[in-house]
Formats: sequence, structure tokens, C-alpha cells
Amino acid sequence: MTPLRRLLEEESWEPVELRTEEIFINMGPQHPSTHGVLRLVLRARGEVVTEVVPYIGYLHRCAEKIGENVAAQQWIPYTDRMDYLAAMNMNLGWALTVEKLLGLEVPERGRHLRVILVELDRIASHLVAVGTYALDLGSFTPFMYCFREREKILNLFEWASGARLTYSFIAIGGARADLPSGWVEACHQFLDELGPALAEIHDLLTTNAIFVHRTAGVGVLAPSTAIAYGCTGPVLRGSGVAWDLRRVGEPIYSRMYQDYEFQIAAPDATGRYPDAAKLPSPPKKAVVGDCWHRYFVRMYEMEQSAKIVRQALDKYTASSGPVGQPIKHTHKLPRGEAYLETECPKGQMGFFVVGNDSPIPHRVRARSSSFCNLSVLSELCRGALIADIPAILGSLDIVLGEVDR
Amino acid sequence: MVLVNCAVLLVFVITVAAFLIWAERKVAARIQDRLGPTRVGGRFGWLQSVADAIKVLTKEDIIPTQADPILFRTAPYLAFVAAFSWYIALPFSRNLVPARLEVAALFLLAVGSLEIYAILLGGYASGSKWSLIGGMREAVQVISYEIPLALCLAVPVILSGTMDLVAIGEHQRGGIWSWFMFRNPFSFLAFWVYVTAATASLNRAPFDLPEAESELVSGYMTEYSGFRWGAFMLSEYIAMFAISLLGAIVFLGAWYGPIPLTQPFGFGSDSANGFDDLLGALTVGMKAMLGVIVMIWVRWSLPRLRIDHVMTVCLKYCMPLAAAAFVGTLLWQTVFS
Repeated sequence: MTPLRRLLEEESWEPVELRTEEIFINMGPQHPSTHGVLRLVLRARGEVVTEVVPYIGYLHRCAEKIGENVAAQQWIPYTDRMDYLAAMNMNLGWALTVEKLLGLEVPERGRHLRVILVELDRIASHLVAVGTYALDLGSFTPFMYCFREREKILNLFEWASGARLTYSFIAIGGARADLPSGWVEACHQFLDELGPALAEIHDLLTTNAIFVHRTAGVGVLAPSTAIAYGCTGPVLRGSGVAWDLRRVGEPIYSRMYQDYEFQIAAPDATGRYPDAAKLPSPPKKAVVGDCWHRYFVRMYEMEQSAKIVRQALDKYTASSGPVGQPIKHTHKLPRGEAYLETECPKGQMGFFVVGNDSPIPHRVRARSSSFCNLSVLSELCRGALIADIPAILGSLDIVLGEVDR
Repeated sequence: MVLVNCAVLLVFVITVAAFLIWAERKVAARIQDRLGPTRVGGRFGWLQSVADAIKVLTKEDIIPTQADPILFRTAPYLAFVAAFSWYIALPFSRNLVPARLEVAALFLLAVGSLEIYAILLGGYASGSKWSLIGGMREAVQVISYEIPLALCLAVPVILSGTMDLVAIGEHQRGGIWSWFMFRNPFSFLAFWVYVTAATASLNRAPFDLPEAESELVSGYMTEYSGFRWGAFMLSEYIAMFAISLLGAIVFLGAWYGPIPLTQPFGFGSDSANGFDDLLGALTVGMKAMLGVIVMIWVRWSLPRLRIDHVMTVCLKYCMPLAAAAFVGTLLWQTVFS
């Protein structure tokens, strides 16, 4: 009997069982890829995450309560700070809600001006979403390319409104000012430069094998789940639901877009996009509703928004007259209530206002799309790897200013 | 004599690392449409690394209360020692060798593995979960990639019949077609597997999982600050240059240029004068630098792989390819020589 065999047959020898434990990991609020002050508690078994619980509220600023203490027009700057990456869209949402309550009509030129501004801001917001998404996946360079393009939009906005991030430019009743002369030409030039820049990002990300491996088939969100959780915007459309308030919203909002040609960015059941012959086709691994499609919906939407802005610039130049007169701070809101949802870059942002024969609203409420989109995170992250958490969270594209308000 | 060599080498290696850190910032900036450092030192920010070093040295020394104080302190220096030990056996030209070893290739593989301990210790001793996961990833990743790396390194060893790196270099005299990379299809394959495995064992992007900034904050480096962090950083760049240098020596013709020029240009000449050695060292240094620039270029272009993909790449592609290159080279040598 060899010594080894003797050792193995000794009775005192027992197989050692490896003890594995679940660990709780606190991700955030100071974490590089939680997109702000979001805290996630992960329950993990090694690299596999069994449960993700988001904790929010770190950026709560009582915006709604403040809205009940200032005039409707004065609340515009507070809407800027909700989705601060798409402040024009926030301004528009609130302005339209109050206009709906007041029964106010904005002149045609003002409507086209608003379309130009919100669609440009949609591009800016999606550029940040795509850029930071690349960052979440460990690729630094596309982030810089996206921010280079976004910078041009911010310069345009700065030229028009004086601000680079929180514009407060779209006001109840119209806009603060008309566009400065030369702006339209500069905007055309930007749109010409955007196409090649997007092609560059398609090269670096959309068709990159590692990127496809990291996103395709990861975090698949079924359409029914998306609807059940109230997901909207690119998160909903990425699951193949062609739902866009710019087409199906309330008349006061969808009327702004009725003469515009554009496609709703949503894949069909086979993962094909309408009119996407020039764009890269979806990889074989991609499933409708996964991170890749949510990312691609944003890329697609940028092209469509650029198309809308081109049309809007033409319509704006062709039209004449005022862009609308912002209402005075002392303008009384009639008794009654109004609720309106608009299609913001992150999803459907809703505002609710109750008037009380006073310039100061009786009640103000904001329905955040990021909040609903974030709530589906625990559903998507079950059984994912730790590396997938930033990939899934990034694809939801939340902004904490809007989640917490 | 070895001690003197080591002292000279230490200065050289730290200078190279400082240059590489600056180069990484400049190249990254150019790739990203930025300027990078422009001010320190007058132009091009060429003194940026010195400024960084001063900053890092004057930072507060923080050791988390949860950390194991001794292991936490040991880890960065172990990383530095592991990276630096490579240079003891790496020849720069025929006569510029700090210590000529008969089994240099084996020695390099052995000391190269030391770095795993440094990162594993750093990750374990930090007392942070992010660090722990980073350390574990390092263990999984680097131990797996050592195998294809060793198999690839065996290819030039077979071709030259020796483990002495100086002799391996000497075997590649005479133009680009005598470089081991172009000797036969299998060694060509081995070179590319070597590039992949080397990048992975250095934890460079797209294999930078142990420090994965967007997932693990900074992985094993999360709790490190000041000089200890600097030591990790320095050792990363030192190891980068070392592994490129090794690649240049064993695959890319070592100190021989692509075109066999005769005297007085030195490349490929027989005489053993100091001028020749200097030119040879410059040649191999430039090849290694090119390798590092490629690594930087890759890092700033690609997203990061996921841990399961990293293992797939290693076990499904690198390992069989390296084995094929190894066996193929053996057969090639048997049939053709």
C-alpha cells in the first residue's frame, strides 16, 4: 500500500467542503457608474448577482412643494433641474401643461422653434446616454466623441438662451426670445457634422464585437414587463413597442409634430428597424428588449431627431410672426386641473397642475419616466453578473435629478 | 557587478515608466480629440510624470481600519519587485545584459507570476469587497493566461534550441525574414497569441477586469492612495514595457533591424563594439515602445470584456491556438531541419 493510498483511506480524512457565502455589496451612492447619487445594494454569490435593490432619494429637493409656492412661470427653472441633460424638454412639458390649463395657443413660429429646441436637446441627451454607456462598458473614447458633438449643441443653446445646461428658455406662452440671426445656419452646419460623428460611434460601438458581447442578449426586458412597470421612452421602444407620444400623445403636444416626417424608433419582432438600410444591422445575438436594442434605439432616434430639426428649421424660416409672449408672473391660473405627458429623451415625463384662481398653483406634481424605468432594474438584474449591472443600468439611462426631483 | 547593473537598471526602468505614463496620457488624448498635458516642463507637458510623482508622494497615507496592515503595506512593493525582476534577465543587446541566465525564459515566467500575489494580497488585505472581487478576478484571469503565454514563449525556445535570451536574439540575425515571428506559420500564430495573453496577464484593457473602473470602482486598487498606489501604477507600466521587450526579443528580431545593414550602421554586424550594442539597444527599445503604444491604442479603443468572456477567450481560443503553435513548431522543426 502506497503512502498516498494509505492517506486516502485513513478514516480521519474527510473531504473539505468549500464554504460559499452570499455577500452584500453596496454600490453607490459614490460609485463611478451609478450615474449620479444612486445606491444599489447587491446580493451576490461570487460574481453572480441574485438581487438588486435600488435606494433613491439622495437628490430630493422638494421641487413639487416649491412649485406650490411660486408662480407657474417661476417654476420653469426648477423643471430645468429635473432632467438636467434635457432641460428644454422639461421646460416644454411644464409650459404645455400650464398652457393646456389656460387654454393658451402658441403661434406657429413658436411651435416650430420649440420643436427645434427640444429635438436638439433630445440629441444632446442621447449623446450623453450613449457616451456614458460606453464608459460603463469600459470604453473611454466614444464618450469623448459624444461630448464633442454635444458641446456644439450646448454652444448653440448658449447662443440662443445664454445658458449651457439649465436654459429656462421655453416659457409658458412661447419662448423667452426668438433665435439670434445666423443661428439657423450654424444649426444646419451642426446637423451636417452630426451624421459622420454618429457613423464613427457606430464603428466604435454598435458593430464592435466586445460591445455586442457585452450588450446583446443581456438584460432582456419583455414588452409585457416593460408595460407593467410603466417603462417609457427608449426603454419601452427597445422592447419592440412602437409607442411615441410625439405621434400618439394628446393633441396639444402631438399637433406640434403632425407635419413632420420621422420614424418611431422601435424594432419589429425580428429586430429590424424601419428605414435602417444605411445603419448597421442588429447582431445575431441581439434579442428585442436587450441592452443592445435600448442602445440602438437611442442611436436611431438621434438620426430621426436630426431629420426633424432639419424640417423644423425650414418651417421656422418659412413662417413669420411672433414666437409667442411668455405669460406674466401675475397671470392667474383658472380653477381646474391639467395633466400632460410629453415624450422626453428618457421617457414620458408628465406634469400635473391644479389651478386655484391664483398665480400660484394649488398643486404641482411631476411624473418621472426615469423613476419608472429604474424600478424595472431589479427585475432585469436577477441572475446577472456584477459586470452586467452597469451595463443594464446604463442602458436604462436614468438621470437622478429626475428620479428624486 | 550585478548590484551595479541593478542600480543602473532601476533608474532606467523608472525613467521608462515615467515616460510611458506621459506617453499614455498624450496618446490617449490624441485618440480622444484632446491635447493631454501641455504645461508642465514648458512644452508637451513632458515633466507631467514628475509632477504626478511629487503629488503622489505628498499625499496622505491612508490605511483603512478594516485592512490587514502588514499585507496591505507589502502588496504594492511586491508588485514593483515582481515587475522589476523581469529586467534582471532581459537583454538589451548582445553584451548589454544585466545578468545573463541560461534559463532566462523560464526565469521570466517564474518572476512574472509573482505579480498575481501582489494583486491578490492587495485585494485581500484592503478589507473592501470591491478589492476582494478585483483580487479574485486577477487570480482567475492571470493564472489562466499564464499557460498560453508559456506555450507561446516555448515556440522561440524550440526554434533556437535554447532558453538563453541572448542566444535567442542572436538566432534572428539578418533581416525581417529571420525574425522568429516570420520563421513559420506557427510562430506567426504564436506571436499573436502572445500579444493577447500578454495583454491579459498585464490586466490591460480590454482585459482590465481586476481594476474595472466602472464595475469595481478601482478593483484591488480601490483602497490604495498616495505612494502605495503609485507603486502599483509604476509596476503596471514597468511590466508593460518588460513584456513588450520580451516579445520584441523573442519574436521581433531582438536587436536586429528589419533590413540587414552592414557597417557602419551596426545592425547585423559581427563586431562587438559598444556602438553596436547601443544601436542594438535602441532598436529593441523602439520595438518594445511600439508594442506599448499598440497596447495604449487598444486600451483607448475597446470596451472591456466580461469575466466569462475573458475565460472563454483563454480556454477556447488562446489555449488551443497556443498548443497548436507549440506542436506545429515542433513538427516544423522536425521536418525542415
